[in-house]
Amino acid sequence: MASPLDQFRITEIVRFGTIGESPVALTNSGLYMMIVVGLIVGGMMMSTRATALVPNRWQSFTETLYEFVANMLRESTGKEGMRFFPLVFSLFLFVLVANLVGMVPGAFTVTSHIIVTFALAILVIGTVVIYGFIKHGTHFLGLFVPSGVPVWLLPFITVIEIISFLSRPISLSLRLFANMLAGHIALKVFAGFIVSLLATAGFASILAPLPFLMTIAMVAFEIFVAGLQAYVFTVLTCIYLNDALHPGH
Amino acid sequence: MDPATAAASLDAYRFLGAGLACIGMGLAAIGVGNIFGNFLSGALRNPSASDGQFARAFIGAALAEGLGIFCLVVALVLLFG
Repeated sequence: MASPLDQFRITEIVRFGTIGESPVALTNSGLYMMIVVGLIVGGMMMSTRATALVPNRWQSFTETLYEFVANMLRESTGKEGMRFFPLVFSLFLFVLVANLVGMVPGAFTVTSHIIVTFALAILVIGTVVIYGFIKHGTHFLGLFVPSGVPVWLLPFITVIEIISFLSRPISLSLRLFANMLAGHIALKVFAGFIVSLLATAGFASILAPLPFLMTIAMVAFEIFVAGLQAYVFTVLTCIYLNDALHPGH
Repeated sequence: MDPATAAASLDAYRFLGAGLACIGMGLAAIGVGNIFGNFLSGALRNPSASDGQFARAFIGAALAEGLGIFCLVVALVLLFG
């Protein structure tokens, strides 16, 4: 039986050539990213094609999504954070749709590769650092020196703040990646139980519906996790962006 | 010790380490349970205030969960790295 990790294998579909040693190719990961972006763009264009004062169900679905993310951003960063809305909304939709597309049986999960989630996280943290320095200059470094702390405690707190800031891109990317990875491995392992129980062809094979029911429950749970992790990624993005906008504690 | 035994015992230590790393995931589960348990007990006493703190509970759970995820990554690196 195939290993539970086989579903994460990246395979080449079309090879365009090589740069030095490394191949330049369209992989299944790249193909699924295109599918995800195509779904998002297609859905958005279809639902806003004929906008009306009284929205039809597609338009109202899109408006609900928009309001959901806009409220999240407004609550944590205030009005001036809305300039980051395109970034946050794109991140939310990309992560959400990539997670949900990964739940289609047989589909490839883009977000189950750490290089993809790390690229998204470094985009967020890079935005925070660059915008923070442009807007506030060296005052941005006040992020690491909270006010109202006793002087003798200040060096320790500063070191801790710097470490916690540096670990943000790692924890932000690892959370999404590991949740997707662990969920899909667990699904595959439970699905494998069905096959191996049926393959015994003895008395034990009548137990095969039990892991099947468990797999159904886990698919439902994984769909919930897919939405939840997209939400958590976006909320944390909003909180980190708030640091760039208001570096003082 | 001959090389084959040495390699086998190294593998055994890797598996032991991966198993030990999983203890940390259980501890993270205690943390997440604490957050949601306290959130629920607070929310049941004052249901009108619970909606406003919903996002904050999830942020805390996500941060606590992240530390457990680090343990999972340590285990995966030990097994497959």
